[in-house]
Amino acid sequence: MSNMSDSNSGAAVTAKVVPIKDAVIRIAGNSQDGIQTVGELLARFSGRSAQEVMSYMTIPATISGGPSIYQVRIGSGEVLSVGDEVDVLVAFYQHSYEKHLGALRNGGVLIYDPDQVKPNLDDKRFTYVGVPMTSLTIEAIGGKGRDKGKNMFLLGLIARMFDLDTVKLETMLKDWGAKRDASTMEATFNAFRAGYGFDIGRMGQNFKFIPNEQRSGRPLMVMAGNQAMAYGLIAAGVRFGAAYPITPSSQIMEILRAELPKYGGIFLQCEDEIASVCAAIGASYGGRVAVTSTSGPGLALKTEAIGWAVMAEIPLVVIDVQRGGPSTGLPTKMEQSDLNIAIFGGHGDCPRIVIAPADVEDAFYSSIEAVDLARQYSCPVIVLSDQAIGFRVEAFEEPDLAKIVRELPIDFTPRGAEFKPYEDTVDGIPHHPAPGTPIANNNFPILTGLEHNEAGHPGEDPRYHVVMTAKRRRKLQKLGEKLPTPKVFGPAEGETLLVSWGSAYGPTREAVEKSVADGQPLSALCIRYLNPLPPGLDKIFERFKRILVVENNDSGLYGYGQFAALLRSRFGDPRIGGINKTDGLSFKVREILEAVRAQAR
Amino acid sequence: MSETTNNPTSGAAVVAAPTQPGQPAPYKKVDLKSDRPTWCPGCGDFTVLDLYFRLCERRQIAREKITTVSGIGCSSRFPYFVQAHGVHFIHGRAVAFASGLSLSRPDLHVFVFSGDGDAYSIGGNHLEHAARKNIHMTLVVMDNNVYGLTKKQTSPTSPIGFKSKTDPTGAVDRPTNPMKKLIAAGATFVARTSHSNPQHVLQMMERAMDHRGFSVIECLSECVEFYPGAFDAANPRKGGQFTVIEEKKNDGTPEDEKRHDPSDEAAAYKLATLPFPGVFGVFYEVKQPAKNDREQQLIDATRAAVGNAPPLACLQKTFARLK
Ligand SMILES: Cc1ncc(C[n+]2csc(CCOP(=O)(O)OP(=O)(O)O)c2C)c(N)n1
Ligand code: SF4
Ligand SMILES: [Mg+2]
Repeated sequence: MSNMSDSNSGAAVTAKVVPIKDAVIRIAGNSQDGIQTVGELLARFSGRSAQEVMSYMTIPATISGGPSIYQVRIGSGEVLSVGDEVDVLVAFYQHSYEKHLGALRNGGVLIYDPDQVKPNLDDKRFTYVGVPMTSLTIEAIGGKGRDKGKNMFLLGLIARMFDLDTVKLETMLKDWGAKRDASTMEATFNAFRAGYGFDIGRMGQNFKFIPNEQRSGRPLMVMAGNQAMAYGLIAAGVRFGAAYPITPSSQIMEILRAELPKYGGIFLQCEDEIASVCAAIGASYGGRVAVTSTSGPGLALKTEAIGWAVMAEIPLVVIDVQRGGPSTGLPTKMEQSDLNIAIFGGHGDCPRIVIAPADVEDAFYSSIEAVDLARQYSCPVIVLSDQAIGFRVEAFEEPDLAKIVRELPIDFTPRGAEFKPYEDTVDGIPHHPAPGTPIANNNFPILTGLEHNEAGHPGEDPRYHVVMTAKRRRKLQKLGEKLPTPKVFGPAEGETLLVSWGSAYGPTREAVEKSVADGQPLSALCIRYLNPLPPGLDKIFERFKRILVVENNDSGLYGYGQFAALLRSRFGDPRIGGINKTDGLSFKVREILEAVRAQAR
Repeated sequence: MSETTNNPTSGAAVVAAPTQPGQPAPYKKVDLKSDRPTWCPGCGDFTVLDLYFRLCERRQIAREKITTVSGIGCSSRFPYFVQAHGVHFIHGRAVAFASGLSLSRPDLHVFVFSGDGDAYSIGGNHLEHAARKNIHMTLVVMDNNVYGLTKKQTSPTSPIGFKSKTDPTGAVDRPTNPMKKLIAAGATFVARTSHSNPQHVLQMMERAMDHRGFSVIECLSECVEFYPGAFDAANPRKGGQFTVIEEKKNDGTPEDEKRHDPSDEAAAYKLATLPFPGVFGVFYEVKQPAKNDREQQLIDATRAAVGNAPPLACLQKTFARLK
């Protein structure tokens, strides 16, 4: 919100309207204040108004509530990160004020509840707007409100402040409250209108978003990464899933459990992660690729069975919404430290495909791609999402569902007399017949985790292991040759190339944008295919003096993180270094730029 | 209890499925033979394999639909020896695999072949939950009271005092009682048999085949290599006793009072507490909706609620709410 003035005048005049391109709003309170609802409504509303949006929230570690925040960044251009600094901070309580004031930028606006918060008005860096939200809400909805409704008052207040389209907003509120009773909805609207009617002229200005010119005109979807992933799987034709609850991935299984029956599918909540991966493999063997979703500790339990799917060459989709590890680690925080287990986890030489979406939209398309790759290559595909992508809400262009949605009928085409389940063909990819498929000569396949010959039967001859190990590896090498070389963002050559993957990419790209604007341009590369790697990376690396891999994991024993280590072992290039952190939060743009500067010294 | 069986299907002649025009000629059990079994000569597992062939032959299960699944162990080698679709999975997880297969493929009756270690030790928890959920499949546990494949370690069913490589002075831990475990887990069909009585094994397989839901057969299957003679006490040819459970006929006779009611869980549990060799037959059988059927009901109700809309329309509707 760069055009905002530092005004702190108390004059109650009609506010002037300042056009803005981008605003970061943080609402800080307790989890029971319904701030998540306001945040989500704001995010959804931004999407409906053709604005890009990204949200970030914290959930208290305790179940019964506690401090919690919801941050929304609304922009008229592409929103790449949730924003380093806050333009408007809403503080419900003294603790919210104290904890979050540091995030408010110089010249930012503090909206606080004077009944609860005593701000230091001598600090002239900010504009202070005291709004007795609790008491005004009670007044508006007739005493029965108590804390309830305060969030709707706030929504009205924000609508006024940012000159949002209240007709559209009220329509959306109606949709949202469709299942709520009439008196609750009446209170909701009363609170909303009271908030909208509150005179914040004291600030001297209101804001209006500049219309988003880059928009193609397709409507925007607003959803969280976990949702995007679940719906992507459904769109791709997945009709069986199995999982065991674990934060931050549970939402995926919850959605699939509720949604799959609509599509004739089944979701099985299992006794543990081992059972769920095994059940998914069983369903895949049944003829339609199945999914299991989990987070780090669950992925660790699944590795033996994933090895079987590699060995038997069965399609399987595994979704890992990463959290901080090892062990129980940071269950509600983001980290990108499962890369090694995703690529290498398990015993033996065990090649599998690993891809990582960079944002919520990409999460939707990645889960579809994972299904396709698993089917094409008859092997497990692990999708590495993370807590940040899983939980945050983003707006993205509505996918062309008519082109995407498909059914995957089971292929019962009879196999001929020459059929060999593990034939050592050029591409080396088997497509196993599901039970129910007639096989000429009744030469039925046994799918097995034992090393086997082309007929699928185990034998003592060690040559099979040589041939079959190469066969399982070769198909991924073929895939690697076909993958698209990622595009460099920013100058095609220069001093520093930032490489990132997964949710580290958004802030990395924003850092590049900022560096270009500041006249010290950096470049960025986002790698979505982690295993196998796409071709042409070495050619790109050659054009830079150093390559820094930005990732949310530890810098390791030798000074670089997990993906950097992979790239170093792949390219033998000692110029590859790392920018790492393990505080459980997404990178701030500033942190990346500072780290680049520090390493340049 | 009597030495003979009272099951109506016992001794029935081979019934071939009715042949319809265009259907292949009925197959014989020899047609189902595949790789030569790698079991030691005399191993009890041969009997189970032979009787599974007999079952398929009798029922004329469509060749391409016969599906066997196993974990790891001597017993779990089973699928290689059946010329049909099959899966040799990982140790202890065959039931979990079969759960996914069964639920996604309601047209199959999956048979899982397992060992005492595979089913009751490493796979114990999966067994428990598949039983509780009543997922449609038949599990045959070929129990030899020892780890065969890994060459004589103590298994969860090894009796106290059994000398193994891991208990050279004799096993000290109380063994699992499979029947109690299975009944308590909520399996809806629980039977016990022994390789030494092939007729009885076949009867139990047929009853399991006819049961909708999770059926288990605990089948004593001697490991001649590492635990010879383990089940002599249950083998009349070795001087033992094979006592068959007499099931209630509900014929109103006074004898019927004493017969076992397989739907009586407490009575089944009581039979399970008898000391070795105990009794053989159906301990427990109860009708409960199979998970497969409950899921299908859920699907039908949910599909009806969306007017049986095709997938594209369903997803579009959901997405409209997320705009
Ligand atoms: C994860 C894992 N742990 C251990 C083993 C080694 N292992 C293979 S079979 C087996 C025990 C087999 O005993 P049982 O299930 O009774 O089958 P049996 O050989 O007696 O028929 C063990 C411990 C394995 N294959 N995988
Ligand atoms: S070791 Fe025992 S269980 Fe295994 S094949 Fe030989 S006799 Fe059978
Ligand atoms: Mg055994």
